[in-house]
Amino acid sequence: MIEIRNVSKFFGAFQVLKDCNASIARGEVVVICGPSGSGKSTFIKTVNGLETIDSGEIVVGNFRLAPGVTNLATLRRTVGMVFQNFELFPHLTVLSNVTIAQTKVLRRPKAEAEEKARALLARVGLSAHLSKHPAQLSGGQQQRVAIARALALDPDVMLFDEPTSALDPEMVNEVLDVMTSLAKQGMTMVCVTHEMGFARGVANRVFFMDGGEIVETADAATFFDDPKSERAKAFLAKILKH
Amino acid sequence: MRVDLAALVSAWPFLMKGLWFTLEITLVGVAGGVIFGSLLAVARLSQNRVLSGFATAYVNLMRSIPLILVIFWVFFLVPWAIGWLTNHGRPVAVGASLTIFTTFVLFEAAYYAEIVRAGFRSISPGQYSACEALGLSKFHAYIYILFPQAIRNVLPILLTQTIILFQDTSLVYVISATDLLGAATKIAQRDGRLVEMYLTVGVIYFVFCYAASQFVKQLQGRLSYGARP
Repeated sequence: MIEIRNVSKFFGAFQVLKDCNASIARGEVVVICGPSGSGKSTFIKTVNGLETIDSGEIVVGNFRLAPGVTNLATLRRTVGMVFQNFELFPHLTVLSNVTIAQTKVLRRPKAEAEEKARALLARVGLSAHLSKHPAQLSGGQQQRVAIARALALDPDVMLFDEPTSALDPEMVNEVLDVMTSLAKQGMTMVCVTHEMGFARGVANRVFFMDGGEIVETADAATFFDDPKSERAKAFLAKILKH
Repeated sequence: MRVDLAALVSAWPFLMKGLWFTLEITLVGVAGGVIFGSLLAVARLSQNRVLSGFATAYVNLMRSIPLILVIFWVFFLVPWAIGWLTNHGRPVAVGASLTIFTTFVLFEAAYYAEIVRAGFRSISPGQYSACEALGLSKFHAYIYILFPQAIRNVLPILLTQTIILFQDTSLVYVISATDLLGAATKIAQRDGRLVEMYLTVGVIYFVFCYAASQFVKQLQGRLSYGARP
């Protein structure tokens, strides 16, 4: 589903991504973890072209992304994204947030788009809030709307960029529950997250990044029980101490 | 000295005609200025160097010269320019109203552009990413997502600038157009009723501007997204 080959990226002289290679199968759930500043967010954003790459190529489904490829409409339709800070549209209602891309990008008729939006919002447990504005919802609710908004375009892949990092602790689980059920339904997911419980319980594989490199890829159980690299060991020792 | 209210009564219809023209200039100035200004703002924020360079130069030029000079330029130079462009050789007369509307749109657009640009910059960069990630075209993103938020964020400043525009319309006296102040001046000089006329228009300007500024104040309280029903 996703092939990442020799991807490098620079911010000025600083190399954020160093020759990254990875392959993600359809239906696979991958968690990317690593210390802050390791390039996780940049990496995930290259997959839908929010960050450009300086060399290498990324293939998502039938779409090939390489340096200089600018028409990303097809890619964006294939890949949904959920942001750390939700980024819902504050001037639109919850329902409109989930319909707008359907009507403007996919040109679905309004009634059909709304029906789809209602179904998705029911799925994430927000049927009671359709006509509210995002600011009237809790962080966890907002993030669930954001997930519904991304799903509305029927993506083949969902990217999650630290979806629970901006949430109060008691709201983390409601978002993780939605992500877990999505994973169970066979969605291909790439998640940058510090939720190690989710990584262990739901992810098929873990990519460990450090210093712009994918240092280690392993299935989830192996990664947590028996990490190979010293850097991953040191990282896990730090985050799993308490 | 006696204040003669009868003079006011007979002059009232003429004053109202002047007021109407003042309001017309304001409305055209706001509508045209905000539209042209928004385009300038988008151009200034564009990645395209030529486009942003042109918009920046335009805005800086307009903001660096007095309105009165722009009125003169448009009034005296545009007829020559049209004459030259259409090979007439002679200047082509352009009506005072058209001159004034054009001037105010061109001039105010520079100010509105800066306000709208501030509005765009107040939107979190994540909103731009969200639009991109959803595959919205630039046009759709601006029309449905970014512009409404930008305008909302700067609505109070936008209205404050409009109050200034309303007062600036009085400058059209330099080409003898009959706005509210122009009407008052003409009657004041004809009838020698300076006090009555200038007091009256002062009150009218005050009522409009004060009401508008109170409205702005109220609006500021209601503009937070959370407070919506």
